[in-house]
Amino acid sequence: MPAISLAKAPQPASTDPAQIRNFAIIAHIDHGKSTLADRMLGITEVVDPRNMRAQYLDRMDIERERGITIKSQAVRLPWRSGIDGKEYILNMIDTPGHVDFTYEVSRSLAASEGAILLVDCAQGIEAQTLANLYLAMENNLKIIPVLNKIDLPAAQPDKFAAELAKLIGCQPENCLRVSGKTGDGVADLLDQIIEQIPAPQGDANAPARALIFDSVYDVYRGVVTYVRVIDGHLSARDQIQMFSTGVRHEMLEVGVISPEPMASKGLGVGEVGYLITGVKDVRQSRVGDTVTNFNNPTKTALAGYKDPKPMVFSGLYPLDGADYPLLREALDKLQLNDAALVYEPESSAALGFGFRCGFLGLLHMEIVRERLEREANLSLISTAPNVVYNVKLDDGKSIVVTNPSEFPEGKIMSVEEPIVRSTILAPSEFIGVIMELCQQRRGTLLGMDYLSEDRVEIRYTLPLAEIVFDFFDKLKSSTRGYASLDYESIGDAEGELVKVDILLQGEAVDAFSAIVHRDKAYAYGLMMTGKLRELIPRQQFEVPIQAAIGARIIARENIRAIRKDVLAKCYGGDISRKRKLLEKQKEGKKRMKMVGRVEVPQEAFIAALATDADIEKAKAARK
Amino acid sequence: MESLSFYVHIPYCLKRCGYCDFNTYTPAELREGASLEMVSNDYIDAVLREINVAHLQAPGSVPTIFFGGGTPSLLPAKDLGRVITAIKERWELSVDCEITLEANPDSVDDAKLSAFLEAGFNRISFGMQSAVPHVLQVLDRTHNPDNVARAVVGARRAGFESVSVDLIYGTPGETLEDWHTSASAAIGLGVDHLSAYALIVESGTKLAAKIARGELSMPNDDLMADMYLLVDSLAESSGMSWYELSNWAKPGHESRHNIAYWKTSNWWGLGPGAHSHLNGVRWWNVKHPSAYKSALFSGQSSIQDQEQLTSLQMRDEKIMLSIRMREGIELSTLSSEQVGRVKGYCQSGHLSERKWQAGSLQLTPQGRLIADRIVRELVV
Repeated sequence: MPAISLAKAPQPASTDPAQIRNFAIIAHIDHGKSTLADRMLGITEVVDPRNMRAQYLDRMDIERERGITIKSQAVRLPWRSGIDGKEYILNMIDTPGHVDFTYEVSRSLAASEGAILLVDCAQGIEAQTLANLYLAMENNLKIIPVLNKIDLPAAQPDKFAAELAKLIGCQPENCLRVSGKTGDGVADLLDQIIEQIPAPQGDANAPARALIFDSVYDVYRGVVTYVRVIDGHLSARDQIQMFSTGVRHEMLEVGVISPEPMASKGLGVGEVGYLITGVKDVRQSRVGDTVTNFNNPTKTALAGYKDPKPMVFSGLYPLDGADYPLLREALDKLQLNDAALVYEPESSAALGFGFRCGFLGLLHMEIVRERLEREANLSLISTAPNVVYNVKLDDGKSIVVTNPSEFPEGKIMSVEEPIVRSTILAPSEFIGVIMELCQQRRGTLLGMDYLSEDRVEIRYTLPLAEIVFDFFDKLKSSTRGYASLDYESIGDAEGELVKVDILLQGEAVDAFSAIVHRDKAYAYGLMMTGKLRELIPRQQFEVPIQAAIGARIIARENIRAIRKDVLAKCYGGDISRKRKLLEKQKEGKKRMKMVGRVEVPQEAFIAALATDADIEKAKAARK
Repeated sequence: MESLSFYVHIPYCLKRCGYCDFNTYTPAELREGASLEMVSNDYIDAVLREINVAHLQAPGSVPTIFFGGGTPSLLPAKDLGRVITAIKERWELSVDCEITLEANPDSVDDAKLSAFLEAGFNRISFGMQSAVPHVLQVLDRTHNPDNVARAVVGARRAGFESVSVDLIYGTPGETLEDWHTSASAAIGLGVDHLSAYALIVESGTKLAAKIARGELSMPNDDLMADMYLLVDSLAESSGMSWYELSNWAKPGHESRHNIAYWKTSNWWGLGPGAHSHLNGVRWWNVKHPSAYKSALFSGQSSIQDQEQLTSLQMRDEKIMLSIRMREGIELSTLSSEQVGRVKGYCQSGHLSERKWQAGSLQLTPQGRLIADRIVRELVV
């Protein structure tokens, strides 16, 4: 058998770089990456069949449930080549699959010499995969195109082989065909990794330089830092230093993942493994940074470290104001493991105390929210997501706005908003609806290419603000789920943007203010006032609901005064029952938010801020 | 001397009305195979046993007795008379003791009305509900509207001192005109007292099922509000005054029994499911007549459960009940915070400005319509 037992395999810190192959897998959600990874763990026998479980490497519940990998991981796989019969060490570097985590993807790719482009041959390549493929090609990685799920009846390997060949400039017959499910073709794939991907090269005698490509907080061990050694050597006895901060850390443990952590003497050139230093916060051990030896530090950092920049902001508020300290604790804890998450306290007249949080993108936002609710058992209201605006005032000052309520009232010269270049892949029958949607969202068509006869790549520039609300849901629903989307930031552009306020009885409700394009202000005002008219119960006085740009009212609805709020009968036997009802209502009243004199039930806030897709989801959950 | 009112529950009806969720049973439901007379006799025996229990625990003089149901008028007058006699034998009745019978206009004739008077009743309250046939039909009421007039005249002739009718408004399909017809008809009977209740759809009733299936739909709150204001103005202009949210009376004809509930006096409820209140303790009997009877006949307690009110609960109940009455709430009994929370309702026309100046909180007709809302402001 080509598998080699771990004990007999080349050991960490003493493996010749020529025997090492480092590779990443680029794949879209549910194209079978985890299943293929499981199969590789099985075939190389690093996991005992008795201990095998599905999606072995996915650690978080959310990862397993959603079938996506949020954080990357690296696994050391010993393998004897079926071609030359020699022993090799394959390091599989798992990459996150989503656009929001592009930065982490790029670091994983930077730790590898090659990448498997894994495509479900019943579905074809997706937009995010394409984006990651281009990223890998820019990094000069050797790409091995692989068609997965060849066991499926709906598989069209020939069609998608042609598609992949066109994308990466190879011959269709060079695409490998595997089934992660049956294991078909997987041994051959491992052999091809050895054949095609170059061995790492580095200077073993230079000062140590290792790239951090992942950093994970573990409750028992503190931060576990994943590194790829480029030059030199990291030893268990070393003191190490982070290049960007200059901070020195004791090395508590160094090792490799195979796929359980295994301590080793050290890591040599080309090797991939983990470090534990006792650090408690991933921000002290950040992805992209260079690790070096404290006593013999390098003078030049590895390329590519940058602070991840939040693109999407939203206010998160506990449903129960008393949970505010719990929310703070939960965010602090989450940040230990998520260097990209930023937040600061804010207060809303309508929603009370909460946090303005910045996210890399929509999925990141959803995941953070879901983890807060699940892991800290919190119920949250989130305000509609918004982007960052640069507002220039007539007096020359400029203001960065991450919350609509910070939008200045005075004379405004210009407002800039972030623009993205988006790529949409879809069957060509949907070109019409996709173009219509993008036009509605202020898109500009950049170009369109056919990937194959009936699949098309459409490129648009779009204001990010137009994407963050419900663009993806709309795109999915109007293409029966076939379209995929990727986007990347390409800078800021001036836009005709205004702030629309929603007023209840003349008082602006901060949670409902939005910055929108002038042409859409009226539609937003109409939609919001209409929604609120349905959601806010009648009060003892008439409540006008208005949408306004500055002092100008653009839409108006009215909630007529309540006429009747009484249970007619109250005799002896009704008293206990009625009092108990009153006690319940008392609790309900405590949960009401006061906007001026208007009582607004929390449900109204939630419903008013929800997208159509949220409402559908909620309906589905009730069923 | 302390007062002790009595409520006597008669849990029998010939037929259950579609909107009713009261604790009442038709003879068929009881499956006892006996005639109403036999059921009645047996049932009254059980009530007399409970009277003996009450006698050991609750002294006082008796200002009011109220027979409700169910349909008390279904039972023979002599059986109901046994209850009145038993109470008279054990407690001192006030000189002007008010003894009320709830009656179905279909189940009385002149002879029966005289017999009830003979048994000690001096006040009678007819379940009229509506004068409009299609409304009565939705309510599942069996009586012919004309019978109400006959019954009221009969009661007067028999010598009842005080005659009342009950109406229900807001029945599915009822228009404001329909309601005008019913309210005018009731007032036109020259009754001394009028109760008008908004129809409440109780879960588990036939009516609730029909609404759930979409066969019927409830009128909107605005129409209900207009109906309330209509009956209020009709009653007031006929010489009756409101004294509680749903009740109007000619001077001196207010139901003292119901006032006892709203003022949290002491009362003992006899019969299955009946609630009682004695000095801050509320309790209620087991619900089914058979369980009730077998408990009492075997010397067991008929109580299902009880609660001792906390001082906060007593405060809330007092607010919840006294706000319903014309006298309202004395502002001096409220905290300044409570006063501050409801002051705005004067400006909005829901509380009487004049009374507020004089130191009390009294609902205007508009305010009565949102009484529960104002209560919530006061109790939070």
